[in-house]
Amino acid sequence: MKRKDDFAERRKHIANLSDQELYDRFWDLTTQVVTPMLELGKKNTTPSVERSVLLRMGISSLETKPIVEGCMERGLMGKGAGHVVYKLSKAKGISVKEAGTMLAEGKGWDDAVSLFKKGV
Amino acid sequence: MAEIKLKHNEKLDIDNILKDLDKYEPRRSGWTWRKPAPGLKMGPFEYKDASEPLKNGVPLPPAKYFENIDPQPMPVITTEIASGRFEDDIRRMRMGAWHGADHLMVIRTAGQSHMDNLIEGTPQGIGGVPISRKQVRAQRKALDAIEDEVGRPINYHSYVSGVAGPDIAVMFAEEGVNGAHQDPQYNVLYRNINCVRSFVDACESKKVLAWAEIAQIDGAHNANATARDAWKVMPELIVQHAINSRFSELAGIKPENICLSTVPPTATPGPCVFMDLPYAVALREICDRYRMRAQMNTKYIDSSAREATVTHVLNMLVSKLTSADIQSTITPDEGRNVPWHIYNVEACDTAKQTLIGLDGLMEMVELKSDGPLREKAREIKERACLFMEEILEVGGYFKAVEEGFFVDSAEYPERNGDGIARQIDGGIGYGYIYERDEDYMAPVTAHFGRNNVEQYGGDPKNPSALIGGCTLEDRSKIVYIDELDDVDNVNVRMEETSKYRDTSAMIPEMEWMGDGVVMLTMMIPENRRTAEVAAVEIAAKMGLSDHEVISREVLQDAEGTRIELKGKLGFDIDVSKLVIPPEPHYLSEDEIRADVEAHPLKIVCGTVGEDEHSVGLREIIDIKHGGIERFGIEVHYLGTSVPVEKLVDAAVELKAEAILASTIISHDNIHYKNMKRIHELAIEKGIRDDVIIAAGGTQVIPEEGLKTGVDAAFGRNSHGIDVASFLIEERQRRRKDK
Repeated sequence: MKRKDDFAERRKHIANLSDQELYDRFWDLTTQVVTPMLELGKKNTTPSVERSVLLRMGISSLETKPIVEGCMERGLMGKGAGHVVYKLSKAKGISVKEAGTMLAEGKGWDDAVSLFKKGV
Repeated sequence: MAEIKLKHNEKLDIDNILKDLDKYEPRRSGWTWRKPAPGLKMGPFEYKDASEPLKNGVPLPPAKYFENIDPQPMPVITTEIASGRFEDDIRRMRMGAWHGADHLMVIRTAGQSHMDNLIEGTPQGIGGVPISRKQVRAQRKALDAIEDEVGRPINYHSYVSGVAGPDIAVMFAEEGVNGAHQDPQYNVLYRNINCVRSFVDACESKKVLAWAEIAQIDGAHNANATARDAWKVMPELIVQHAINSRFSELAGIKPENICLSTVPPTATPGPCVFMDLPYAVALREICDRYRMRAQMNTKYIDSSAREATVTHVLNMLVSKLTSADIQSTITPDEGRNVPWHIYNVEACDTAKQTLIGLDGLMEMVELKSDGPLREKAREIKERACLFMEEILEVGGYFKAVEEGFFVDSAEYPERNGDGIARQIDGGIGYGYIYERDEDYMAPVTAHFGRNNVEQYGGDPKNPSALIGGCTLEDRSKIVYIDELDDVDNVNVRMEETSKYRDTSAMIPEMEWMGDGVVMLTMMIPENRRTAEVAAVEIAAKMGLSDHEVISREVLQDAEGTRIELKGKLGFDIDVSKLVIPPEPHYLSEDEIRADVEAHPLKIVCGTVGEDEHSVGLREIIDIKHGGIERFGIEVHYLGTSVPVEKLVDAAVELKAEAILASTIISHDNIHYKNMKRIHELAIEKGIRDDVIIAAGGTQVIPEEGLKTGVDAAFGRNSHGIDVASFLIEERQRRRKDK
């Protein structure tokens, strides 16, 4: 879009605001701009968010990627990749690390899928 | 693990730093500010705005006139170091720290923002360093030792952006990184990463940064560097700063850890301070909850290091007139190559010199509360406010990005229609956003958003308790990976340069150990084009390879061109074979004065022979020239063309303790003959044991002079301090013998 400078016209409604009022207005507008993005972050996840969860669970970066890819292929991202590892470790009575290695090696995925089908 | 202790006169042992990295634990997390030292007294001065001094450092060159003081300004000083080889960057970090840097920022290798995972190992980078756990650990470990050496905490910094932002944020939190760039707008505008992906990832990254108390720096300054007319994007810059800052605050980062990366947008030959100052004021007033990381202008710097330095000094004048919590530096060679060691150090010195030079300025000067400064600042704020309004009017941030609101070259609300537009359903990472189900769960600390741990009896305040703590509570769970590539790693590179690490072979370097790069500066008395070609020919004849003209400045169209040229040396030097004469030995001025006060010292002196020269001797004795009179030594100057007999007689008559003879003319070795004659006459008159005889001159070779029987001989480049040190030490020795 091309537009000539219409600042003189456009500013009329804020021209008489005090500096403090302008400040308050600016930050109120900013909060309105960013709030929807924070909401998106609360409700959604991504491969990198899930890899970062797995890292914190003590899973190697070499394993986080195949685990997250496995979750994406099997529709498990909405559950959380860390959740998948956690649940498999509980079901199999093995450590989180062992469950992670298993999934990264392509094993245990059928169990993982069925654990979530049955519910908790 | 035993900590590394550095010795100031020994090189860093990179092998030692790389050893046992798997067991390394960072000593702290979070950012550290400098400690203020109001009213600090150093040498003859008192400072208003200084911070606590260093234990070890390299003072500015003129410090030798002021007891070698090295006052440190209040802002944290940043230097960006990333040559592609982190092992060599560590050495440069030490040099930077000695020159006052306490924020060491590592630029990432080209393309890392598009790598969808952590990088492991230590591959070589291009234009930056591949940021990996091993590399971060090695540099943090080295900085632990360096901060102990200089006596001030050093903040280590890199980037949390790209499609692996959250992965990197977690690794940084685990590894004790202290500062990070994080700004989802940067991904969207400059890396074409899908905007939803970028903001969802940013929520997680920021939550992790908040947990680790890592100071965050935004990316708004890139709009300045990208826009065609940088001074026109001021309203947008404020909008970008505000969006990231508010977003970060709401994601959990404390306002005091949110730093705005702000650049004075304009440069000379524009009237830059007049244009940049109102912007700086407007930004600091609007964003008063946050910290300012004052960056220097890169947009308009060219290949002249001098010109870049002046721009940066003007930038720091703006910092001083407003505020800067962190003063970043840009190397003055940024406009011509990947920064070299010497320019990182130069940039740090420029910052230290300028900020210390401006110490206390604001106790004498204040910004006017009316006139163009206030008017322009208000206008910029209003334009920014209107920008934010229109973002909401068109349906929010993503819509505004789609419509090319950002990095438009016109000053808002004018538009040139050349902004960067990104589609909400496009870009890298598009299609990889997944809605969390009701039972979504992540049993870890510092996780953003919905997290149903209650389904397993977990505590929402402590989700990681479900797994007995995550890596942020229990370091033993961190998986350390050493190397993945047998060829592209630090060990192979170190092997290639081992000659320069492990033997006495030495070759100059600008960037990496062993690179052999040198720079030549020359004035070529030809026009610019001819000068460039001639310089290349000269370099070739000098045997330099890979030579390239890196800067050319016209002195006058026909009269000459200043050329700077780089090239590689084809040989190295064995430093063990060098004959290195011992450093001249001096007493301190205080020691000399104290001795003269306790034992008054009287001398006679003159230029001997048929010689009317007086300059050399005057330099040695006159108080005006920094000569020995200033120590309280009583000097009887007999003049020029003084017969040697007269000199010795005067010594007898005045009961002088020393004779100082200047001998300039050397024809037929007359200078040495005169020296010998003074010695013999003193014996004849029976005073040789009571008088110290010293002689000097431009043609005197000290070793030859001593053969004549005098006690000391001084050659070219001798100064009063050399002579005074000798006289005092010689009579101290004689006093002891008695």
